[in-house]
Amino acid sequence: MQFLANPARFLRIANALLPWLSLITLGLFAAGLYYAFFASPPDYQQGDSVRIMYIHVPAAWMALMTYAALAVFALLLLVWKHPLAEVLAKSAAPIGAGFTLIALATGSLWGKPTWGTWWAWGDARLTSVLVLFFFYLGHMALTHAFDDATRGARAAAVLALVGVVNLPVVKFSVDWWSTLHQPASISRIGGSAIDPSMLTPLLLMAGAFLGYFLCLLILRARAELARRKLRSLQLLAAERD
Amino acid sequence: MAAKSLSSAKARRRKRLALALGALLALGGATALVLTAFQESLVFFYSPSELAAKPPAPDRRVRIGGLVEPGSLEKNGQDVRFRITDLTQSIAVTYRGLLPDLFREGQGVVAQGTLAGDGGFRANEVLAKHDETYMPPEVAEALKKSGRWKEGEAPPTHPFAPESAP
Repeated sequence: MQFLANPARFLRIANALLPWLSLITLGLFAAGLYYAFFASPPDYQQGDSVRIMYIHVPAAWMALMTYAALAVFALLLLVWKHPLAEVLAKSAAPIGAGFTLIALATGSLWGKPTWGTWWAWGDARLTSVLVLFFFYLGHMALTHAFDDATRGARAAAVLALVGVVNLPVVKFSVDWWSTLHQPASISRIGGSAIDPSMLTPLLLMAGAFLGYFLCLLILRARAELARRKLRSLQLLAAERD
Repeated sequence: MAAKSLSSAKARRRKRLALALGALLALGGATALVLTAFQESLVFFYSPSELAAKPPAPDRRVRIGGLVEPGSLEKNGQDVRFRITDLTQSIAVTYRGLLPDLFREGQGVVAQGTLAGDGGFRANEVLAKHDETYMPPEVAEALKKSGRWKEGEAPPTHPFAPESAP
């Protein structure tokens, strides 16, 4: 872990990875979207609206995964004072908020034709994902709430750790309580309840979303490191005058 | 001297880690307790059995969920009558309005409304619930044809288990 503490070393590895990652991501998106729109069948119940799943489910998975990553960065920051964790946490939070927003919006678009409603207050899954979105927003607000960037990062890290309790609630809400939202299709007893012809686009899109997250994280972290360098150079220049 | 400050840094780190994990554990425990305490109000709907065991006040709005009992649907223009069942108990529902596209006999449904005096349920909103099974129409057709899935029933629990592959 300490190996990546040096920003120059992190940048060297990230820059070497980025072209490959973006190429793989583009390929996965192309294949995933092709399967999602053309090479997969409509659902026996839902017809073509099932295709919303290929955006909705990967976005929801990434919303949870990004938050888990945010929590790991928070722990690294608070306990090990890892210098890069601060940069990565600040870079990851808006991406996670974006994924959560996509999951909420596409879920709403999917809910109308299938359930008959855009939103259902009182549904444990819908509400807990909304709470997840607010945790992301709170993290972003706290990060920028202090003049001293490190203090902001530390306050946001505490919030990120508090929000970890929400992750199992989001995941298992459909099992613990009766909900309008259907239970998990893939990680369930008895194996996947999704036909293989529909699982292909879903997994391709999930891979594409993961690649997209990593590319964005590298780009944002690179920009943040450059911003910090610029700032310290400006301070240095100001001292000279 | 250097070795000593290094080990004290390590000790502080261990203290911070214990503090973070301890706080997280306490928070998780507290959340679990709160969620268990509010278990009843966190459910989106009650089943007909739960409703029969614990009937709500006559004018209180509640949601009930279950399957639309096969053969119970009667439509008269916008007036709809059907029964919601959890395969143990069932309850008669009256509703006036448009039904969602996925509403059909044997499918999951959630109705919001109040208990009527006659023991029936007067719904003012009906939502369709769909299960976690996704398959192409041809597969559904084949499952029905082979007799592994009867009309009006919920789909087989393990439609894609290896032994069921066509």
